[in-house]
Amino acid sequence: MSEIIVIALQRDGELRASSLEAVTAARSVKQAGDTLGVVIVAANPQALAGALSVEGVDEVIAVKATDEFQPDLIEAVVTALVKERKPSLIVTPHGVDAWSFAPAAAIKNGLGFATDVLALRREGGELVATRAGYAEKVLMDIDFPGKATVLLTNRTNVFEPAAGQGSAKVTEMAAPAADVATKHEGWKQPADAGGIDIPGSEFILSIGRGVADESNVEQFLELADKMGATLGCSRPIADNGWLPKARQVGQSGQLAASCRLYVAMGVSGSVQHQWGMKHVENIVAVNTDPEASIFSIARYGIVGDMFEIASELENHF
Amino acid sequence: MKILVPVKQIASLDDQFEMRDDGRDVDEDYLEKDLNEFDHFSVEEALLIKEAAGDGVEVVVAIIGDDDSDDALRTALAKGADRGIRVWDDSLAEADGTSVARILAKVVEREKPDMVFTGAQSSDFGSATTGMALAGLLGWPHAAVVSNLEYKPGASSAKLRRELEGGLEEIMTIRCPAVLSIQLGINQPRYASLRGIKQAKQKPVDELSLDDLGLGASDVEPAFHVRKMYAPERGKAELITGSAAEQAARLAQIIKEIRGM
Repeated sequence: MSEIIVIALQRDGELRASSLEAVTAARSVKQAGDTLGVVIVAANPQALAGALSVEGVDEVIAVKATDEFQPDLIEAVVTALVKERKPSLIVTPHGVDAWSFAPAAAIKNGLGFATDVLALRREGGELVATRAGYAEKVLMDIDFPGKATVLLTNRTNVFEPAAGQGSAKVTEMAAPAADVATKHEGWKQPADAGGIDIPGSEFILSIGRGVADESNVEQFLELADKMGATLGCSRPIADNGWLPKARQVGQSGQLAASCRLYVAMGVSGSVQHQWGMKHVENIVAVNTDPEASIFSIARYGIVGDMFEIASELENHF
Repeated sequence: MKILVPVKQIASLDDQFEMRDDGRDVDEDYLEKDLNEFDHFSVEEALLIKEAAGDGVEVVVAIIGDDDSDDALRTALAKGADRGIRVWDDSLAEADGTSVARILAKVVEREKPDMVFTGAQSSDFGSATTGMALAGLLGWPHAAVVSNLEYKPGASSAKLRRELEGGLEEIMTIRCPAVLSIQLGINQPRYASLRGIKQAKQKPVDELSLDDLGLGASDVEPAFHVRKMYAPERGKAELITGSAAEQAARLAQIIKEIRGM
C-alpha cells in the first residue's frame, strides 16, 4: 500500500490538458490499496479541482499560491510531499515547465528519476518504465533499485487523458516557504500567422533539413500551392528563418490537428516533430536515408531525392 | 567574470547496429560521436556575452567523458572558449544526467562561475536533466529552454524568455548567478575558423578524476538503472519503388485518392 502523486500543472490559471495524461500514466501502475493524489498549485486551485477529480483519483491536493510558474515553489511542494507522505511514485507531464523543476526536485530529494517516459508497468511488483534513446532509434526498459520514491515525467500525447467522473476529496495544503528567484514579466505570443493555418489544414506538405538551402524553399511553396496543400516545415527551417514559425510543425510549433494527409520531404522525424503529426492517418515520407525515423510512422515511403520527386510530382497537378 | 558551459559528447547510431553482449546498450563500435547540437547554442550564447563585454569575461567549457570526448571539448574551444575541464573515471560508464550534475556541482565549487549555460537537452537521449539538476544541487536560480537572454556580465539579474509549447514564450527576470538551459535558435552558432581549430589544440584543459573533486563512485550513482535496450518494433511503411518519375506518379495517385480529386 502506498501513495502515488501526480503533479498537475496550469498555465495562467488554465489547467494543462497533459495533466490528465499524467493521471492515466499513474493509474496504469496503481496497485490494490494504493491511493492516487493529484496536486495543483494555483492562485485559485479549488477552481481546477473539479476537472482533476477523474476516475481513479482519490484526492486533489490544492495548494493556494500563484498562477505564475515558479520552479522553486513547485520544488518546495515536491519536497514537502515526499517528506510528509513518502509516495512511491510521482508523475508529471514532460512539458517545458517540468523541464525546469523536475530534475531539481528529484536530485534535491534523492529520488529515482527518469524523463520522457513512454510506458509504465509493474513486473513482479517492481516499477518498470520505458523511454527512448539514441534519437528514438532504441527503447530502454529501466527500473529504480533501492529508491523509495521515483519521479517520472511522461511524454505528452502518448497516454490518453484520464476521463470519467471521480469522487476525489479535496485537501488544502499550505504553500511551503520557497526562495523564489524568478519573476513573470509577461507573455510573447507567437508571431502573427499571416493566414497560415497548420492546425486547420487537411493536407500538409512539409519540408525539413533535406531542403538544404534557403533558395530551394520557393519551389516547395509553389508545389504546395499547386497541389492545394499547406506548406509546413520542421524546426531547423523555421530557426534559420527560411519559413515563418507559423509553418513549423511540432512541439514548439503547431499541431497538425485537422490533417488527413501529410507528405514529409527531407524530414528525418525527430520526436519533437512527430509530436505534431504522427497521429495523421496518411503520412507519406520522402527521404534519402532509409533509416530515417519518419519511415517508422509513415504509411507510404519513398527512399529518394526530395528534389527529383518534387519536380516530377509537379507534372501531375 | 566567468561563464561555465558544460557540454556533452553525444552518440548517434550507424544505420545498422548491434547490441552489447549484456543487452543493456549498443555495441560501442556502432556509435558515432559528436558535440551535442544544443551545446553549439549554449557555447555561442556565452561567447556573444564575452565579445559584447570586450574584456574580462572568461568562458570555460566542461565535459564529463573519456579520452574520446576530448574532440567535443576541442570543438567548443575552437569556437572561442578560453579553456576546458574534462572529468572522467571508469566508474562513470553508466552515468546519467544526475550523476553528471553531481560532478558539475563540484566543478562549480572549484571554478565559482557567475553563470552556467547548458544545452536544453542532448540530441541522443534527450533527458533534459543535467542543467536543472545541477541548479537543484547548487540551490541556484534556474530556467529551462531559454530562447532569448539579456544579461550584462556581473549583473544581479537577467531578463529572459523561455520557449513554451506552441510557440508561446514567457518573459521573466531571474536572479543571478543562475543555471540556464539554452534552446535551439536562440542565436546563430558560429563555425570554428581554421585558426580557431589550431589554437584549440594549445588551449589548456584540466583533466580531473572523481578523486580530484572529492567524489567517490557511490556519490555519482545514476537515478535509474537500464534493464535492457532494444530496437523498437517499427511500423513498416509501404515502400514505393521505381524511378523518380514512377515514384512521383504513384504519389500523385495516392494524393488524389485521399483528397478525392
